[in-house]
Amino acid sequence: MLALVRSGAEGEGFVPPSTKDFELPPIFGDNPYTTKPIFLVLLSVVVISVFFIASSRKAAIVPSKLQFAGESVYAFVRNDLAKDVIGHEFLRFVPYLFTLFTFILVNNLFGIVPLLQFPAMSHVGFAYVLALFTFFTFHYVGIRKQGAFKYIKDIMFMPGVPKAAYILITPLEILTFFLVRPLTLSLRLFANMFAGHLLLLVFILGGEHLAQGAIGLKLVSPFAFGIGIVLTFFEFMVQCLQAYIFTLLTALYIAGALADEH
Amino acid sequence: MMKFNLAAEAEKVNPLIPHTAEMIVGAVAFSLLFLVLRSKVVPMFEKAFTARTEAIQGGMERAEKAQLEAQRALSQYNEQLAKAREEAQSLREEARVQGASIVEELRAKAQEEAARITSAAHASIEAERQQAITSLRNEVGALAVELASKIVGESLDDQARQSRIVDRFLDDLEKSK
Repeated sequence: MLALVRSGAEGEGFVPPSTKDFELPPIFGDNPYTTKPIFLVLLSVVVISVFFIASSRKAAIVPSKLQFAGESVYAFVRNDLAKDVIGHEFLRFVPYLFTLFTFILVNNLFGIVPLLQFPAMSHVGFAYVLALFTFFTFHYVGIRKQGAFKYIKDIMFMPGVPKAAYILITPLEILTFFLVRPLTLSLRLFANMFAGHLLLLVFILGGEHLAQGAIGLKLVSPFAFGIGIVLTFFEFMVQCLQAYIFTLLTALYIAGALADEH
Repeated sequence: MMKFNLAAEAEKVNPLIPHTAEMIVGAVAFSLLFLVLRSKVVPMFEKAFTARTEAIQGGMERAEKAQLEAQRALSQYNEQLAKAREEAQSLREEARVQGASIVEELRAKAQEEAARITSAAHASIEAERQQAITSLRNEVGALAVELASKIVGESLDDQARQSRIVDRFLDDLEKSK
């Protein structure tokens, strides 16, 4: 990055991409509800709904190609995430986990879809909202399952621990359950998308800037684009992985709340 | 480097502060998607899954039943085969016993026949001997009488006397033996 900055300084003055690049102005006037990420999120809802309704509308024993595609995603969330992690009560949570997974995945993938090319989750607001949903879900599940008193008591005074250790463990547990979990969940997703998009910007805008520079710099520019393309593939992996991790952790938290002991 | 620093100064955006609009839209959009997927998509996929599981289970049950039937047929066949073998064995045994008894019977019959023939032969021989003795006795008597009469010159024509003399002679002969 430093090298790029320096090379930029020699030419017309390269402005490296920064957090400012994530603050896109509203499309219609000053209305804050008309920014690109908001449209992308709405688009993702439409895309996901249409795709899965189309693929499940005529769900049959022998699936069509479309049904097979939709069903594979659904079966992945249902069996590999919900069933394996939560156990016999998993079916209740499949709709939520499925929505979570597809919503995050599609919005992340928007980051590398040509023309859209912006991951909505790099705006922390969306990530906060999702983490809050998960936060309320797993606490609600735990309270419903075990009763509010026992659930809170088990969190504060973990059973099977020597009494003296509560001095250390109780604050840690409270912090974990009520602060660390939602915070890490949202920040992990946000930071990955943010950093990934920033990285792509650096190489692609940098390549563009180099192409306009002196002859020597022009020769280097294809390498910057090349790395940009490689990183796009890398981003694809990260985007899928983050959707998976968010959903997996949600399933784990739900499973923990359902279990009798934490 | 200068320009980079200036750019950094120019923006005071903290990416960790969320936009209210985005949080509202995010929550509404996500909830909407959740409702759509839960009501329209999940039940359909679950229905297909259940149908598929049932189809597979039904197929497996059918296959199991067919296999059971095949096994039963095989055991039945084996049983029949064993029975047939047993039957053949008993038939052979019976035939052997019967054959032996027939042979025994025939042998007994043959022996009886042989004994009968032998005894008949003995009887006829005895009869012939008796006859020969009688005729010989008569002939020898006549010859002797003739001879004696010739020698003695005495007529022995008298039948009764003649036979008395011969008998006496023969008895003497037998005694002297």
